Amino acid sequence: MDSQAKKTADTKAPITGAEIVIRCLNEEKVKFVFGYPGGAVLHIYDEIYKQNGFKHILVRHEQAAVHAADAYSRATGLVGVALVTSGPGATNAVTGIATAYMDSIPIVVISGQVPVPAIGMDAFQEVDMVGVTRPCVKHNFLVKDVKDIAATIKKAFYIAATGRPGPVVVDIPKDITAHLADYFYPKSVEMRSYNPVLKGHSGQIKKAIKLLLEAKRPMIYTGGGLVLGDGAPELVKLARTLGYPVTNTLMGLGGYPASDPQFVGMLGMHGSYEANMAMQNCDVLIAVGARFDDRVIGDPKDFLSKKRTIIHIDVDPSSISKRVKVDVPIVGHVQSVLSEMNEALYLETKGAAESTKNNIGNNISAWWKQIDEWRGVKSMVYQNSTTVIKPQYVIEKLWEVTKGDAYVTSDVGQHQMWAAQYYKFDKPRRWINSGGLGTMGVGLPYAMGCQFADKDAQVACVTGEGSIQMNIQELSTCAQYGLPIKVIMLNNRYLGMVRQWQEFFYENRYSESYMDSLPDFVKLAESYGHVGMKITNPADVEGALKEAFAKKDKFVFMDFITDQDENVFPMIAAGKGLSEMVLKKDNKERHED
Amino acid sequence: MKHIISILIENEAGALSRVAGLFSARGYNIESLTVAATEDATMSRMTIVTSGSDEVIEQIIKQLNKLIDVIKVLDLNDGKYIERELMLVKVKATAAFRDEMKRMCDIFRGRIIDVADGSFTIELTGSGTKLDAFIESLDKTAILETVRTGASGIGRGDRILKL
Ligand SMILES: Cc1ncc(C[n+]2csc(CCOP(=O)(O)OP(=O)(O)O)c2C)c(N)n1
Repeated sequence: MDSQAKKTADTKAPITGAEIVIRCLNEEKVKFVFGYPGGAVLHIYDEIYKQNGFKHILVRHEQAAVHAADAYSRATGLVGVALVTSGPGATNAVTGIATAYMDSIPIVVISGQVPVPAIGMDAFQEVDMVGVTRPCVKHNFLVKDVKDIAATIKKAFYIAATGRPGPVVVDIPKDITAHLADYFYPKSVEMRSYNPVLKGHSGQIKKAIKLLLEAKRPMIYTGGGLVLGDGAPELVKLARTLGYPVTNTLMGLGGYPASDPQFVGMLGMHGSYEANMAMQNCDVLIAVGARFDDRVIGDPKDFLSKKRTIIHIDVDPSSISKRVKVDVPIVGHVQSVLSEMNEALYLETKGAAESTKNNIGNNISAWWKQIDEWRGVKSMVYQNSTTVIKPQYVIEKLWEVTKGDAYVTSDVGQHQMWAAQYYKFDKPRRWINSGGLGTMGVGLPYAMGCQFADKDAQVACVTGEGSIQMNIQELSTCAQYGLPIKVIMLNNRYLGMVRQWQEFFYENRYSESYMDSLPDFVKLAESYGHVGMKITNPADVEGALKEAFAKKDKFVFMDFITDQDENVFPMIAAGKGLSEMVLKKDNKERHED
Repeated sequence: MKHIISILIENEAGALSRVAGLFSARGYNIESLTVAATEDATMSRMTIVTSGSDEVIEQIIKQLNKLIDVIKVLDLNDGKYIERELMLVKVKATAAFRDEMKRMCDIFRGRIIDVADGSFTIELTGSGTKLDAFIESLDKTAILETVRTGASGIGRGDRILKL
C-alpha cells in the first residue's frame, strides 16, 4: 500500500482493528451509518456502542441499509456509509450496491468477513464478497492485515467520491478487527493507477463554444452526471446566456428548473414529445453528464439517421462514444468544464451580451417556433375523472401541496414515470429514484436516507402497492427514528408497468401481474404507530394531502385507490427510436412529419 | 481486427480477475491473456490478444483504464511492435516419422527438447501466425499434445510502456 509509508501513530498505544474502523469513519466526518449487526462485525458493533461520533441507524434488512446510505448521498452529495455482517448480510446488501453502481452514487459499504484462517473453508456465513460484488462496484478491497485498515478506508472514501463516483466495498475479516495496530490516518491519497481528470481540454472547450454559437437548432441534454457533479448552477447560467432549449434525463431531473420556459421536459421512453423531437432534429447537441442510454435515445440507428454535431462533457471517458459516436468529446468534471465554458463564452461575446442582455446565442427563433409547435401536441395530458382517482392528478396535487419543494423518492413502475412527468423539479438532488438498475423496493429506504439528510424537509415516497411490499419492513425503522415521511401509494392493484407492457405487447394476457391479497395498509401503518389514510374519491385527494403534510412530525401512509387501467404516455417501445413515439392509447406511432 | 493490448497493473490479489471479469461481463473476447510480475514486483505486465471493431477496441481500452488497479494501457497495434509466443508440441516420432519430424522442426527453427521412445517434444517461439503455420504443416494424426503460452508483446524501438 503506497500511501502509508513513513508514519507516526495518531494514538499512544496500539488499538484494535474495530476501533480503527470507527476512528476512520469519524475522520471522514460520517454522521450516519446505516447497518445491521451479526457475528463477523460484533467487534465493530462493540466499538459503536462506546462512541458517539456518528449515529448508527438500525434498519430491518441490509438491502435497505445500502439504499438509505445511497439516498443520503444523493440528497447531500456526501459519501453514504453502510455496515453489514458477512454471508447473508453481505449478499442482502448486493442489490443496494448494484443500484448505487448503476446510478454512480458514492457509498462505502463495510462488510464483515469470516476470520482470515477460515476464508476458503466454506466457514459458517462465509461468502466471497469481493468476488460477488466485483461486477457492481467501482472498486472493492479485502483487508487482510490490521495495519492496512486505515489506509484502505481512506482510499475507499477517495475512490467512491472522485472521478465518476460509485460504491466501494471494504470487506474486513473478524480477526482483523480484533488485532492491534498503531493507528495512523493518512491525510491524503496518492495512487499511481488512479488519477481522475478534472479540467477539460481548453482547445475542445473552444471548439464546443464555436459550434454552439453557430447552431441553428441547438439542444442541451443533461443527465445524472450534471446533478452528481453539482454542475446545475453553471449549466443554468450557460443555458440562459445562450437562450437554448434544455431537456433532462430521468436521472437528471432538477438539473435545470422544470418551471423555466427553456425547459422542454424529460426525454426518453416516457419523455415529452417536444423533448424527443428536439433531440432528434437538432443540429448541434451538447450532452452533459448523460450517456445516450437505451431508455433515452432508444435505437441508436434511428437516432443517427439524422445528422447532428455532438459535444459530450463527461467525467468518464468510457461514457463517451459508447453508444453514439460524438464529435467533440470533453473529458472532465462537469462543474469545472461548464464554468470554463461560461468564462470563455463571456469573453467571446462580451459586446453582444451587453447589447442584447441575454440570449447571445445564434438567433434561433425559427427553432423555438418549431419547438412550440411540438409543445402544442400536448403529450403530457391525461383525462381527469370525478369518479376514479387518476394517478397523474395525485402527483400534480402533491406538487402543489408541497410547493414543488419536497424530496420525492420513488419506487419503480408506472408511478415512477408519473412522478417524473408531473412533479416539476426545480432543484437538483430532490428527485431520488433508481434510474439505472430500476430496483423495486428503493422508495421507502430512499425516503429514510433523505429524511436523515434533511430532518425538517418534506419527504414524499411515491410508490406502488407492488414495490412498497419489497421493503415494507422499514416501516419499523421509520417508527424507531420518528421519521415524518409521507408515503404516497398509487394503488392500482396491478404491477402496473408490467400490466401495461402485457396490454401493449402480449394482447392483454396479464400473466402474474395482478396484486392479490393486499394488506389493509391503513391498519398496517397504524400497527407501527404511524398514521394511515385511505383515499378513494378524487374530490378528497387535495384535502388528504394537505392534512398529511400538516402532520409535520408524523409518518403518514396514504393509500390512494387509483384507476386500474391507466397507462403511462407518451411512450417509445423498447428498441424503437425517438421518431417512433406513441402518444395515446389508440394512436398509432406518431411519426415526425 | 486482431489487437494486442499491453497493460501495466498493480500486482495485487484479484487484479487478474478484475480484468478477466471485465471482458466476460461486457462480452469482449479474449484470444489469449498472459501475465507475470515485472522487474518491479509491485507491478504486473499483461498482454491480451483480442479482436473487435475499432469502436469495440476503443471501449476495451477505456474500460481497462477505468479499472482502479490498472496503471497504463497500450494498444500495440497503434504502432510497430513485436509479438512472441511459446509453444510446446508433443508429436509422434516413430521410426518412420522421426527424420521427417526433425526436418519440419528445423525449418521452423524449433528445438527438440525431449526425446522419448515414440515421441518428440518440440519447443517453438514466434508470432501466433508462425505457430499456427507449424501446426498446419504437421500431419494432424501426428500431434499428441500442444500447449501455448499466448502472446507477449512489446513495442519496437522507443515505444516503451513504463511507469
Ligand atoms: C426488484 C424488481 N423486480 C421486478 C421488477 C420488474 N418490474 C418493473 S415495474 C414492476 C411493477 C411495479 O408495480 P408497482 O410497484 O405496483 O407499481 P405500478 O407500476 O403499478 O405503479 C415490475 C414488477 C423490478 N423493476 N424490480
